[in-house]
Amino acid sequence: MVSVLVLAAAGAAVVAVLLAVRLWVVLRSQAPVPRQSLSLLVVAGSGGHTTEILRLLESLSNAYSPRHYIIADTDEMSAHKINSFERNRADKDPSTMSPEYYIHRIPRSREVQQSWPSTVLTTLYSMWLSFPLTHRVKPDLVLCNGPGTCVPICISALLLGILGIKKVIIVYVESICRVEHLSLSGKILFHLSDYFIVQWPALKEKYPKSVYLGRIV
Amino acid sequence: MKCVFVTVGTTSFDDLIACVSAHDTLQIIKSLGYDRVILQIGRGKVVPEPFRTESFALDIYRYKDSLREDLQKADLVISHAGAGSCLETLEKGKPLVVVINEKLMNNHQLELAKQLHKDGHLFYCTCRVPTCTRRTSPLLLLLLRSAKILQRGQLPSHP
Repeated sequence: MVSVLVLAAAGAAVVAVLLAVRLWVVLRSQAPVPRQSLSLLVVAGSGGHTTEILRLLESLSNAYSPRHYIIADTDEMSAHKINSFERNRADKDPSTMSPEYYIHRIPRSREVQQSWPSTVLTTLYSMWLSFPLTHRVKPDLVLCNGPGTCVPICISALLLGILGIKKVIIVYVESICRVEHLSLSGKILFHLSDYFIVQWPALKEKYPKSVYLGRIV
Repeated sequence: MKCVFVTVGTTSFDDLIACVSAHDTLQIIKSLGYDRVILQIGRGKVVPEPFRTESFALDIYRYKDSLREDLQKADLVISHAGAGSCLETLEKGKPLVVVINEKLMNNHQLELAKQLHKDGHLFYCTCRVPTCTRRTSPLLLLLLRSAKILQRGQLPSHP
């Protein structure tokens, strides 16, 4: 009986170590792959996140296509903003065929002012839903700026890499609102993103591994 | 024609709308030489009655696809602390007064307003309803100061 337990424990330890090594390898590998276009998974969210990420997308060329947007299922305002952004973009550049973008909806991982224990549960639940979505889209790059929804999405994207399905580049741009303190999503994804961008010098000082390019939204 | 544009963003900020549309406030705005106030009130419950006289106009709406036009014609912008509104206003070089919504918990947007104030781009204050109709309201003092002191805002794109 004891030997079975020891064996199981040893097995679990081996799996954990393998996973850790795999995670390390995935986070390390940053060899650039030349490509014509790059599919983008953008995590939008209420409370200014959508506005800010759309300001960022304004400066991206059409090589970043198709664009997949993820919003919380109750967030009609973001859907409206994204549609109007994409319409404007298509109007400005008639050479592009119908704009290639999709809006996907998942449950909110955290309603504003939700308690912590229930946050853990709802996050697990949205993780359960995020992975199939991320797996279906298989984006080249995930771009997000901190809405709660982006944590399960980024973990799913990382999982695609760990499982050897696809190495997804994760770019986290901390909101311009964060002058001296990272957001909760930022604190988590600081360790899991390939590029972590901050927009104020005080944050760059606190987190030297982050990238500071000035104000980019 | 000099115009004040008030914006609350996608949510609501009833205290601000109530404060700006109060009779005394409108008098002060008038005395500063403005003859038009446009309120963007989002999904707020405070809905002032629009009016138009010979010398003054108050317009009001909930949402527009883009605030660009209204920001463009404004000579002074009074805004909630949302990053989008702040950045868009300052990019247009408009004088900006930010009013912090104290009813929001963990209002991290305050950090941005404080920093932009420190860098000399805007004024900010809170909006307490009880003090609002008094002349000593922080918002009104800021309005007065901003009209006199605030130079055209400018926001460097890179440090």
